[in-house]
Amino acid sequence: MSEVFDILTSAGLWAAVLRIATPLIFGTLGALLCERSGVLNLGIEGIMTFGAMIGWLAVYNGADLWTGLLVAAICGGIFGFLHSVLTVTLGLSQHVSGLGVTLFASSFSYYVFRLMVPVAGTPPTVEPFQPVDIPLLTSLPFFGDAFFSQTAPTYVAIVTAVVLAYVIFRTPLGLAIRMTGENPHAAEAQGINPLAVRYGCVIAGSALMGVAGAFLTLSAFNSFFPTMVQGRGWICIALVVFASWKPSRALLGALLFSFFDGFQVRLQTVLSGSVPYQLFLMMPYILSIAALAFMARHARVPQALMKPFRRGER
Amino acid sequence: MRFERREQRSLALLLVTPLLAVILALALSGFLIALAGASPFEAYWNILKGAFGSRLSATETLTRSAPLILTGLAAATAFRARLWNIGAEGQFYLGAIAAAAASSQLFGDMPGLFQIPLLFIAGALAGMCLLLVPLWLRLRYSVDEVVTTLLLNFVAILFVSMLIDTVLKDPLAFGWPQSVSVSDEAMLPKLLSRSRLHLGLVVAIVLAVIIYFVQARTVFGLNSRAAGLNASAAVFAGVPLARTLVFVAMISGGFAGLAGAIEVMGVQGYVTTELSPGYGYSGIVVAMLANLNPVGVVFAAVFVATMFVGADGMSRAMDIPSYIADVTVALSLLAMLVAIFFTQYRIRR
Repeated sequence: MSEVFDILTSAGLWAAVLRIATPLIFGTLGALLCERSGVLNLGIEGIMTFGAMIGWLAVYNGADLWTGLLVAAICGGIFGFLHSVLTVTLGLSQHVSGLGVTLFASSFSYYVFRLMVPVAGTPPTVEPFQPVDIPLLTSLPFFGDAFFSQTAPTYVAIVTAVVLAYVIFRTPLGLAIRMTGENPHAAEAQGINPLAVRYGCVIAGSALMGVAGAFLTLSAFNSFFPTMVQGRGWICIALVVFASWKPSRALLGALLFSFFDGFQVRLQTVLSGSVPYQLFLMMPYILSIAALAFMARHARVPQALMKPFRRGER
Repeated sequence: MRFERREQRSLALLLVTPLLAVILALALSGFLIALAGASPFEAYWNILKGAFGSRLSATETLTRSAPLILTGLAAATAFRARLWNIGAEGQFYLGAIAAAAASSQLFGDMPGLFQIPLLFIAGALAGMCLLLVPLWLRLRYSVDEVVTTLLLNFVAILFVSMLIDTVLKDPLAFGWPQSVSVSDEAMLPKLLSRSRLHLGLVVAIVLAVIIYFVQARTVFGLNSRAAGLNASAAVFAGVPLARTLVFVAMISGGFAGLAGAIEVMGVQGYVTTELSPGYGYSGIVVAMLANLNPVGVVFAAVFVATMFVGADGMSRAMDIPSYIADVTVALSLLAMLVAIFFTQYRIRR
């Protein structure tokens, strides 16, 4: 028991929680924005992979870190546009289109990476984001190390959640987005163009997914390798359901999830030897499935989610 | 510009769509090859040569087709009933480890004639079980099975990794993480000597034909189609939806599990965590390229296997990353989706 207490009171755990949560916050917010407008974006896993690759590649070729994030966001948006053409304009199955986007985006990332970076024994690295020194707060005992020694994108992620919550619930634009996700025909009757709203949301949401991926290679690690996203995109999709399509709960869900993830990694070192490490690695996925089963029935699904909108067709 | 539903679809159009989709995908990835500074035509010629240029490469392509046919059937049967089984990768691994476990622990001494069918069943059962969990979650708690099947892929592979580290570890593998082997009796007979081509291909093709007739000629086939076209209308018409979906899940998960068992028993005899180069995910592409037709799955699987085997040879010859095969396969899925759309709709000004 005392080991558990030691883990919980170590500043390292809480710093890790925020670090693990950051890509999940970006990704979950991106997926949430798409789904609020009525489009499920299963391209997330591939878009995150591409964001991770292209953001890293930009920095590797001399761009600064923020430009790297921007490039990842733009490329994410381009994949979002592709997903929109398939699911919004053509009204194709959002499941299959999204998986297609994921397969394409991830294999394309590996292709570009292998083409641009020669095979080497140790993967090439870049200088990643450094923790920001916040006057007063960072020097606090315990809290400074635990909560105020993060890299800048982590704070950006939290601000993004607040901004997105404000936009969705407090602005006319947010009302248009929610209406499109609930009943696009009613939205159209109000003079809103549901197709434009969906395009906008999927492109913006996919840009966030791109940033989520780039955080992995530009802050959490400093190099890119295939399969590094490791299902984080799918976990984000589960977190959206867990969050009941609310940005504030998405933030909480991502933090809660990361707490368990950070905790199990540390528990693993304490219990090493007695329990196979794979059991610990399974936990995030099983936890996501359990959260889905727990929340799915109470969740308020956007009513038009996965229903294509065609003018004059019911 | 708007889209108008076509009243009828000609058979010729349906047959030509996959070809158009593949040509479009090849054109798009040809562009990517050109960006890398190589000639797309030369690359595709090398891919074709790499896949069929010699007896060895041709048998290798067919060997690779066998698991792809089965995972393609897994996706095709499930998608037809709108059961989104994206978990074929995990089911493949569970099927593989089930075959290895059943042979090494239970049936190892039996002659092949009895042991091989038993291991097939073990593999299929393992795949089934893994798919029944998300189906149960969907029916009981209305959890979308796409996400759960995807997440279970990671769980299943970690579970297999754990088994081959512990109870099913091969003690003679010098610490390499690989499972104990199936007994020699359980190895599938070769179709051709001096090749890796094994009986699995025949099993896969026979199953494709059987499932084609089941879908076209039986009540279950009609029910599963009705469940996919419009679930609430199907229930209204008296289709037992839950029971139909359970059967669909058993067939779909069974195919994927069987694919894993056959891969183990046909090729190397033991399981590693690198047994599948994404057969489960490629199965989705195979199924879509075949427009969910079980017989079409066979041809689509050969196409995908051609790309993968051919690209390996091509990248050795031309310095183009072999990932171009994955890109082309993914693009052909997207192109096929668009092509199917235009068989259903026409553009009106």
